[in-house]
Amino acid sequence: MFVKHAFVAAGLLAAAIALPQVAGAQTLTVGLKAEPSSIDPHYHNLTPNNAFARDVFDRLIMPDHKQQLKPGLAISWEAIDDLTWEIKLRQGVKFHDGSPFTADDVVFTFARAQNVPNSPSSFGTYLKGKTIKKIDDHTVHISTERPYPLMPNDLSTFSIISKKYGEGATTEDYNSGKAAIGTGAYKFVEWVPGDRIVLERNDDYWGEKPKYQSVLIKPIKSGPSRVAALLAGDVDFIDNVPTVDIGHLRKESELTVMDSISNRVIYLHLDHARDNSPFVRANGGGEIKNPLKDLRVRTAISMAINRDAIIEHVMEGIAIKAGQLLPEGFFGVSPNLQPVAYDPEGAKKLLAEAGYPDGFELTIHGPNDRYINDTKICEAVAQMLTRVGIKTQVETMPKAIYFKRASRGGPDKTPEFSFILVGWGAGTGEASSPLKSLLHTYDASKGFGASNRGRYSNPEVDALVEEALATVDEAARQDLLAKATEIAITDVGIIPLHYQISTWAARKGINFKARTDESTVISGIYPE
Amino acid sequence: MTVFIIRRLLQAALVVLLMSLIVFFGVNVIGDPVDMLINPEADQAEIERAIRALGLDRPIGEQYLFFLKGIASGDFGRSFIFGQPALKLILQHMPATMELALAALFMAILIGIPLGLFAGLYPDNPVSRGIMAVSILGFSLPTFWVGLMMIMVFAVYLGWLPSTGRGDTLVFLGIESSAFTRDGLSHLAMPALNLALLKISLVIRLTRAGAREALHQDYIKFARAKGLSTRRVIGVHLLKNIMIPVVTVLGLEFGNLLAFSVVTESIFAWPGMGKLLIDSLLLLDRPVVVAYLMIIVAVFVFINLVVDILYSILDPRVRLRDQGT
Repeated sequence: MFVKHAFVAAGLLAAAIALPQVAGAQTLTVGLKAEPSSIDPHYHNLTPNNAFARDVFDRLIMPDHKQQLKPGLAISWEAIDDLTWEIKLRQGVKFHDGSPFTADDVVFTFARAQNVPNSPSSFGTYLKGKTIKKIDDHTVHISTERPYPLMPNDLSTFSIISKKYGEGATTEDYNSGKAAIGTGAYKFVEWVPGDRIVLERNDDYWGEKPKYQSVLIKPIKSGPSRVAALLAGDVDFIDNVPTVDIGHLRKESELTVMDSISNRVIYLHLDHARDNSPFVRANGGGEIKNPLKDLRVRTAISMAINRDAIIEHVMEGIAIKAGQLLPEGFFGVSPNLQPVAYDPEGAKKLLAEAGYPDGFELTIHGPNDRYINDTKICEAVAQMLTRVGIKTQVETMPKAIYFKRASRGGPDKTPEFSFILVGWGAGTGEASSPLKSLLHTYDASKGFGASNRGRYSNPEVDALVEEALATVDEAARQDLLAKATEIAITDVGIIPLHYQISTWAARKGINFKARTDESTVISGIYPE
Repeated sequence: MTVFIIRRLLQAALVVLLMSLIVFFGVNVIGDPVDMLINPEADQAEIERAIRALGLDRPIGEQYLFFLKGIASGDFGRSFIFGQPALKLILQHMPATMELALAALFMAILIGIPLGLFAGLYPDNPVSRGIMAVSILGFSLPTFWVGLMMIMVFAVYLGWLPSTGRGDTLVFLGIESSAFTRDGLSHLAMPALNLALLKISLVIRLTRAGAREALHQDYIKFARAKGLSTRRVIGVHLLKNIMIPVVTVLGLEFGNLLAFSVVTESIFAWPGMGKLLIDSLLLLDRPVVVAYLMIIVAVFVFINLVVDILYSILDPRVRLRDQGT
């Protein structure tokens, strides 16, 4: 009896709440994979934080969707002598509260950005060693102790904040919105961690007029949920479309899929340093003098990998095979390097020549939750190497465990593994970034080779990279970087596999200027 | 009763402390949070600075003592990732999870008990058999899959309910909850049902078993012989006697719902504590993980205490004392 009443009541309740939502035409709802860990633009130098900061704050120099440097709050930048750059600031820019933007704000930002308390990864990386001086309300000079050609690239990495609101403000003040006053296209309204970020249009924006009256950003970490939200119409736009869904999303007439090659190369790093590498063994498990130190073996490994097959079957076509550190069109790329062709017979011949006709045993290590399809790529590589005689085992682990061991897990805080899968995204959009960190000899005092987990060391490459970092002339620097890349790649310092492709999807009628820096910047989204 | 409660609270404090020790050292063994936080383009000097800023350069024992000292003044440490006090972060996310857990519990009681009772009272009815079959599905189907299927069916194909997130909230009697708005309820429906499915199945089976067993007891026959209406016999006498196992299970399961509804929260992008926990674990945000587990242990102990007290109300034969006394 009362069971029946309960059913009827439940049925009525269900009917009452099942009503569709109607969104305002001027509101854009975006579902993103990662949310920023803070609204404070200088708290954490991390991609989601940096991507979000671009919506509310501007930078002196703004990289466009191909990471080409364009004027932002700075209208010109010039090296007036070897050690000093003159930056002319844009006039007539207002912060969201109406106060004017001047050189004082830039000077204040410079000091503050490097000194955020509790910052897990600060902007000191880009700001240290630079001294800033205000010349007048719209000009500043930035000087360094040695010639620094990458000044514009560094200036394109951090957001300019308001001195008026920033003075004495803590990270919490930014999170609550009290200090989150910038010059950007959208104004910050609120952040409910885990739930949403709300932005509204800045009608007085100095640049291209923002297209939406209000923007709702919802973090949806799970890939399938993000796709479902787009299909259900709960969001208008998503990022990071899982590779398995791209095929059928492209077929949907109600949706568009946008993609762009990214600046991230997926590569293999080999142990160049140890004579006895822990994860390289002779057939049967015995000890062996590290074969990875032989150029022929390294070349053979690169030849044994069928990059096309990986792209087609593992990446579902959503990747581009790589022959060096950055794709074509980026600064410092060499026109003479092509992806190594798949040649298993040639690989076997080289191995025999090097004295390993029966191959040897190897373990490949990789993360399982960091790069697109990372585990599957490791498995594919292992299978391909085993086919030419290098019996390879696969061991993958969560990134929380992997990176520590890969960088500092060995004795004396040296790299632990022998053969690893990693990725590198060049934040500055040019080749000195990977060359400096991955291929230059490890030198803690100078900050070189911080991610050189194979401890590759080639004095020719070192000299070229260091020279490039001090060469202000663009054409000359391009040649130096290209040459350094050529030497390092031909010497197989690392084995590049492919460049990732970043994907976004939206309702029909919405488009996005797809970016190479993997960021979703709201001002790049526009109605068609 | 008072002695009982005091003893329980002291035990709770000990358990919480032990938990903090285990988790603190356990998370430390997994890996280094620095690699999760630092931008890969940072150089060695920057990595050193970050390690020092997070206090990770000191020996682990010293870090633990530092942590204990903080607890004494209510400071559970700052999240490595967010920079906010860990306790504040957790409490910020708690209302959302509490809402979800209570809604799931509510559904389990409202749906599970009537269905279980029906199945127990009329076991040969085809509807009863149907109910038992569905309860098996409720046990066996993985939450992850059921959640995604519900989103596909109700959100994508039918468009009846929103697919993700939490709805608008309203403050009522000092409590802010999304269950007070229609939009909030529509967002709450699927995740709560997803979470509740397992509990409903559990409750159906328990209630049915209890009903079947109690139906043949003497006191039921006596109550009928006394002339009491069926409604009173079942609704008061039978129900009260089969409630003890149900209350126990629901109590423990509520603790589970509160602490570990990670999968549902991840699928539905529900901004709750479960999602916070898994995200913090994967990024090795130790302060948040430790603070969270300490709080959860305290909550579990409290729930157990409430369950025990409820026993003594439901069954006057039960006298509250610890085992062994």
